[in-house]
Amino acid sequence: MSHDTRQMDRHPIGGSSFALELADVGRKFGSLVALEDISFSVRAGERRAVLGANGAGKTTLFNAITGDFPPTSGRIVFFGEDITHLAVHNRIRRGLRRTYQKSLLFGGLSVLDNLYLAVRGVMDGRFSPQRPRPDDIASTRARDLARFVHLGERADMPVGDLSHGQQRQLEIGMAMAGAPRLILLDEPAAGLSPAERTQLVEMLNGLPGHITFVIIEHDLDVALKVSDKVTVMNNGQLFREGTPDEIRNDQDVQAIYLGGGTR
Amino acid sequence: MKRTDLISPAVIITALLLAAFPLLANAFWLVQIGAQTFIYGIIALGLILLAGYGGMVSLAQMSVAGLAGYSMAIFGLNSAGLGLGWPLPVVIITAIILATIFGTLIGVLSVRTEGIYTIMITLAVATGFFYFTRQNYAIFNGFTGFAGIKAPVIGGYDLRNPVWFYYLCLIFAAFSYLAITHLVRSTFGVALQGVRDNARRMEALGFHVKAHRITAYAIASVLAAIGGILTVWMNDRIDPSSIGVGPAIDILIIAVIGGLGHPVGAFIGALIFTLVDNFAIDLIDRERFNTVIGAVFLFIVLFSPDGVIGWWRRLFKPGSSSARASSQ
Ligand SMILES: Nc1ncnc2c1ncn2[C@@H]1O[C@H](COP(=O)(O)OP(=O)(O)OP(=O)(O)O)[C@@H](O)[C@H]1O
Ligand SMILES: [Mg+2]
Repeated sequence: MSHDTRQMDRHPIGGSSFALELADVGRKFGSLVALEDISFSVRAGERRAVLGANGAGKTTLFNAITGDFPPTSGRIVFFGEDITHLAVHNRIRRGLRRTYQKSLLFGGLSVLDNLYLAVRGVMDGRFSPQRPRPDDIASTRARDLARFVHLGERADMPVGDLSHGQQRQLEIGMAMAGAPRLILLDEPAAGLSPAERTQLVEMLNGLPGHITFVIIEHDLDVALKVSDKVTVMNNGQLFREGTPDEIRNDQDVQAIYLGGGTR
Repeated sequence: MKRTDLISPAVIITALLLAAFPLLANAFWLVQIGAQTFIYGIIALGLILLAGYGGMVSLAQMSVAGLAGYSMAIFGLNSAGLGLGWPLPVVIITAIILATIFGTLIGVLSVRTEGIYTIMITLAVATGFFYFTRQNYAIFNGFTGFAGIKAPVIGGYDLRNPVWFYYLCLIFAAFSYLAITHLVRSTFGVALQGVRDNARRMEALGFHVKAHRITAYAIASVLAAIGGILTVWMNDRIDPSSIGVGPAIDILIIAVIGGLGHPVGAFIGALIFTLVDNFAIDLIDRERFNTVIGAVFLFIVLFSPDGVIGWWRRLFKPGSSSARASSQ
């Protein structure tokens, strides 16, 4: 039995109907209040978009959820388990994944090696003194992921030589390693060409139904095409929550959003 | 994760030359140059794992080696008559275990820090341990230290014989080199390099970054312990002066001169250091050794920041960039 299935057994899908529950989450940086009393829930299997002007606190919200910059107040519950004080790697091992707004890749390593690390990070054998072999499980999965994000042909290229769009794809591939249950996507479409955006939308809509994701996206078109529900943030607080149609037609949202930072 | 270079012609020729060296060399060359190079190389190899592959510059390698050396005297026999006289295998195992625990604890202490702070905290440990051994007479016999820690006779081979001692050190050096060369390409080693390049990202991939770093300290400590044991057998004595700030920095100098980018750098650096150490005296007076090694150090760092092996790589494989991943 693989490690991944064991992980699923421990936290069975449907054990909680919510993938993510935030209760009064706050984050301060010194005197700056970047997040204030954020409470919201994301159902298992839901696809949620988060909108908001530059500096609204969207990335900070992701950092609080993953533990990169843990919240200074409030509680975070992941599939029924309180993860507020869990180390980052333990959240990841429970099926939480993220991509970064500014790609955080290993620039000197190849596409395959980046994916290999991502796969290995959520498997046993992280300390293995054995050399990775091209035919072992982790390497095979890394190659599958490379194909999944359309980088199969570039698997052996150093990441530094990839285009911006390809690096964004690789970020998503790394977030898909193992058995992701909730993926936080931080502006995956930023800087992509229209064709790449279409490809991204297709890929996100093609994800298996049991994978929940939350996507931060400045491009309303992309956001509304992939999400069931939209959360709008403003000044570190929740501003609106609704269906894509409701949000599209909301006057207040249009005011702050269009006045703020559409790219 | 690429092709192996363990069985390349260069490696085979080097191995043959090293194995044949006792046919040509006298006792001075075998021990003062040969064995000393291997010993420094083994200790510096641990630093290359830590610094080159893990991004953690530790100045405590020599302290860990020193604790292993002291353990040989304390649990074994010494001429001060203060040794416990345990059986040799038990003494060796105890020395390695104690030194590894010591080095691992140093790791636990310093993995919370990064960069310059790691250097400072490990330097503090090295300095503290130096003064402690100098002032503590109950365990470490203070300023005098211990003498008469004789290299043993193992399986009929008298290790006090320069030839056999040379081979002993060669065997340990070769074994350590092969082990580390293998390790840096293992899953553990690749992950360690990931930690070096971007610890936050590794954590967000599910790796327990601190555990990886501490494990690297533990492995480096085993190497330091082996080097420490061989050192007391070679010098037949140990005292605080062999684990002071000077020797602590020497190990860093050796690793940097050789180059942090590949395990072989440890031995190249050790050879250059040992040659300068022994022959600078012929060029200028003894007190100027630090000036000479300092000049060599400066020269190499200025002209090839990645040490002799970096220079070598550029000379023979133009276009091939260094092994370090750049992801910042
Ligand atoms: N590590 C940090 N240290 C200090 N301040 C921070 C840190 N991270 C975020 N902030 C501050 O918190 C606020 C929210 O930033 P955040 O990056 O979350 O905004 P965002 O909604 O993601 O904006 P963008 O659309 O530009 O990505 C900003 O004022 C930012 O300067
Ligand atoms: Mg952001």
